[in-house]
Amino acid sequence: MVEAKTEVIYQRPESFTDVHTHYCPGCTHGVAHRLVAEVIDEMGLREKTIGVAPVGCSVFAYNYFEMDFVEAAHGRAPAMATGIKRVLPDNTVFTYQGDGDLASIGIAEIMHAAGRGENLTVIFINNAIYGMTGGQMAPTTLPGMKTTSSPYGRDVELAGYPLKMAELLAQMEGSGYIVRRSLHDASNIRKAKKAIRLAFEAQERGLGFSMVELLSSCPTNWSMSAQEALGFVEEKMLPVYPLGDYKVTPALQELRV
Amino acid sequence: MAKELLKGNEAFAEAAIRAGVEAFFGYPITPSTEFLEHMARRMPKLGRAFVQAESEVAAINMVYGAACTGKRVMTASSSPGVSLMMEGISYIAGTEVPAVIVNVMRGGPGLGNIAPSQGDYYQMIKGGGHGDYFPIVLAPATVQEAVDYISLAFDLAEKYLSIVHVVVDGNMGQMMEPAELPPMREISDEIPEWAVRGAKDRDPNILTSIYIDPEDEEITNLRLLRRWKEVEKNEVRFQEYQMDNPEILVIGFGTAGRVASSAVRDARAEGIPVGLLRPITLAPFPEGRLEELCDQVQRILVVEMNSGMMLDDVQKIVKGKVPVEFYGRLGGVTPLPDEILDEIRRVSKNEGEISGDPRDEWMDRLEKMRTGDQ
Amino acid sequence: MEETSIIISGFGGQGTLFAGQVLAYAAMDNGYEVTWIPSYGPEMRGGTAHCTVIISETLIGSPLVRYPDIVLALNLPSVDKYEPLMPENGVLIANSSLVNREFERQEIRTLLLPANQIAEDIGMSRLANMVMTGSMVKMEPILTMEMIKAALEEHIPERHRETLSMNYKALERGYAFAEKELG
Ligand SMILES: Cc1ncc(C[n+]2csc(CCOP(=O)(O)OP(=O)(O)O)c2C)c(N)n1
Ligand code: SF4
Repeated sequence: MVEAKTEVIYQRPESFTDVHTHYCPGCTHGVAHRLVAEVIDEMGLREKTIGVAPVGCSVFAYNYFEMDFVEAAHGRAPAMATGIKRVLPDNTVFTYQGDGDLASIGIAEIMHAAGRGENLTVIFINNAIYGMTGGQMAPTTLPGMKTTSSPYGRDVELAGYPLKMAELLAQMEGSGYIVRRSLHDASNIRKAKKAIRLAFEAQERGLGFSMVELLSSCPTNWSMSAQEALGFVEEKMLPVYPLGDYKVTPALQELRV
Repeated sequence: MAKELLKGNEAFAEAAIRAGVEAFFGYPITPSTEFLEHMARRMPKLGRAFVQAESEVAAINMVYGAACTGKRVMTASSSPGVSLMMEGISYIAGTEVPAVIVNVMRGGPGLGNIAPSQGDYYQMIKGGGHGDYFPIVLAPATVQEAVDYISLAFDLAEKYLSIVHVVVDGNMGQMMEPAELPPMREISDEIPEWAVRGAKDRDPNILTSIYIDPEDEEITNLRLLRRWKEVEKNEVRFQEYQMDNPEILVIGFGTAGRVASSAVRDARAEGIPVGLLRPITLAPFPEGRLEELCDQVQRILVVEMNSGMMLDDVQKIVKGKVPVEFYGRLGGVTPLPDEILDEIRRVSKNEGEISGDPRDEWMDRLEKMRTGDQ
Repeated sequence: MEETSIIISGFGGQGTLFAGQVLAYAAMDNGYEVTWIPSYGPEMRGGTAHCTVIISETLIGSPLVRYPDIVLALNLPSVDKYEPLMPENGVLIANSSLVNREFERQEIRTLLLPANQIAEDIGMSRLANMVMTGSMVKMEPILTMEMIKAALEEHIPERHRETLSMNYKALERGYAFAEKELG
C-alpha cells in the first residue's frame, strides 16, 4: 500500500458532532454552527462550555455540538443562560438564537441580560424570517418583504420597522462586545469567525455581555435557491443591517487573536 | 351556502370573521399558525385590525385592551402559547370583559411536539390562570361543528361577560373537511354600556381587575360564580351516538370522541350494545345527562388523548355507581379506531369490579401494547 | 362502498397531499362525506409526506385508520410501512420506479406501475401522483375518471392551470396501465 501524503486542510472540529444536520440545503445555520465549534475548539473551552438552544430551526443545535446543552423556552435563552452562569461563573455559557426568538418574544430577556452585563455570549442568527414555523414575519423582516403573515409585503404603517438588535444592545452599559457580521461569502465568514472568537474572549475575560449578530439566509422560506438567497443577504439585507462593530470595550480592542 | 372543502384552521378563522370579529392579535405557533395567516390575508382587506404581536403575552393583552372597547376580539394559539396567555386570561376574567381564545392543542409538557393532543384539559377547564374564575370551554369535533361553535363562542362571551375557550387538537387544525360557512354578519354598532370609548355625555367607565378590599373581591367572585351557575343551567351541549339501550357507555370529546364513534359503530356491528356520549361543552360539563345515564349503563369507558383528565370529572359525577374504565394515548399520539374497538370488546367481557384508579391497569396495558408495537 | 379509506404516501415533493385533495374534492362534489388529513411536522422535515382520505356515504367518525383499504405508495418506505397493514382484499399500488421489490402479501390486490417513468414519458415528472391516482380508479372505482377530472379542473392552483391536460393524460395513462396489467 502506498502511503499518500495528504495535508489536512479542513477537519471537523472536535466540538462538532459527526452527523448530518436537519437544516435545509443552503441554510447558513450550519455555517454558523461550525464557526462556533471551531472557536470553542481553538480556545479549548469544550469541556466547560454549556450551550443554550432556542426555539426555532436550531432547536436541535445540541445534536451538532459535542458539549453540554440545555433547551430553553421560546425567547428565554438569555434568562436560562443567566441562571446557569450565576451558579457556574467559571463555565462558558452561550446562547444561539434566531430573530423571532431573540428580537420578538425574547426581547425583554436579551435586553436585560445585556443591561445586567451578564457574562454570556450570544450568537444571533438574523434571517429576517421565522424559519421553523414556515415563513412568518419576524421583527427583522425587511420593509415590503412578503411573508406568510405579511402576505402583501411588510407594511411599516401596520407592522412596524425592522428592529436593529446590534445597534440597540450596543446602547446598554452592560454590554462589552456587540457586532454584526454576515455569512454570505467566504471572506465575510472569516470575519464572522473572528468576531465569534472575540465574543468568547470577552466572556472569558469577564468583560460583560457579548453578542455577534450574523446575517443569514433562509432559502426555503424566502423561496429562493441557496445562491439567490446569499445574493439577497448581500443586496437587500446589508443596506438595512450595516455590518460593523457597534461596541467593543477598550480591553478587547487591544486583544490580538 | 354550499359546502366547501376547508382546512380546519382556515375555516375557524373565516368563521370568526363571518361572526364579526373586529380585531385579531396572535403569534405564530404550529399547529395553529394557518389561523393567524388567514387573518393576515383577510383582516386588512376588510379594514379590521390584525397584529402579529411580539409574543403571546403581548397578544393576549392586546385582546384585553380591545375587549375593553366592547368590540368582538379574539386570539388563537397552541399549547405553549396559551400557557403564556394565562396571566392575561385571568385579568380578562377578573375585568369581566368578553374574549374568545382558540387553542389548537399539541403534545407536552414543555416544548413537547406539534402533534395533536388533549393534554391541556386541566389548564383550559380548571382555569389555568390564577384566581377564582370559570371559563366556558367548547370542544367541537368536526370542522363544521367548530365553524358553528366559534360563532356561538362570541355570543356566549358577550352574554356572560366571560372567557370562552374553543379547544381543538392539531388533527382538527390541519385536516380538511367539507363545511358550510355562515353568511357574513353585520358588525353590531351597539356599544355595551361598560365599554371604554370616551366618556361623552356619561360618567367615566373604569375597567379593572383590582379589588384592593377583599370584601369587594369577594362580591366580585360571588358575582362570577352566580353567572357561572347560569351558564351551567343554560349552556350544556353534547352529542350522543348509538344510544338505543347501551350497556356500555363510551365518553370522549373532540378527536378522541370522534375516533371513538367509529369504534362504537364497528362494535355495534359485532352486536356489542355500546353508545357514545361526546361532550361539546367541557365546561359546563354535561353532568345531568351523565347522571341519568349512570342508571342505564353497566360500564363506562372514558377515551382521551391525555392521561385521564376528563376521567377525573367523570368519576366525580358517576360517584362509583357504575365501574369506569379508561383508555388514553399520550404525548401527541392519536388513538386509532381499532385500539378503541379492542377496548370496547375487552370492557364488554369484563364483569368484575374495578379496584382503585382505572389508570393503573390502563398504564400496564398501554406499556404492553407499546412494546408489542415495536 | 359504505366507507373507504385511502392513504397516499411518498417523499415530500411527490404531490401526495395534492393527489389526496383531488380525491377529496371529487368526493365532496359528488355528494360523499369526506375527510383529508395530512402528516405534518417532523415527519415532513424527514422527507416523507402522506395523507389519509376517507370517503363515505355516511358521517365520518375517525379521520384516521390503522388498516387502510387503499394505499398509493410512491416510494419504498411507504410500501414497507403499509403492506403489512393492508386488510384482506385491500388495494396496494406501488410506484415501481422507486420500489425495487416484489410484494410479499399474496391475498391483497396489488399493482406495480412505473409512475415516474410514465410521467416522464408525458413530459412532466411531477405527475407521478396523478398516474398513481389513475390506476386506482381502474382498480377500485369508488370515484370515476370524470369525477376526478372535474375536480382537477375546478381546483387546480391557477399557477398550474396550463398543465391541466397533462394531468388528464397522466390519469389516463395510469388507468390504461392498470387495465393492461390486470386485464
Ligand atoms: C411560546 C411559543 N410561541 C411560539 C412558538 C412557535 N415557534 C417556534 S419557532 C418560532 C420562531 C422561529 O423563528 P426564529 O427565531 O427566527 O428562528 P429560525 O427558525 O428562523 O431559525 C416560533 C414562533 C413556540 N414554540 N413557543
Ligand atoms: S427553514 Fe430556513 S432557517 Fe430553517 S433550516 Fe430551512 S433554510 Fe434554514
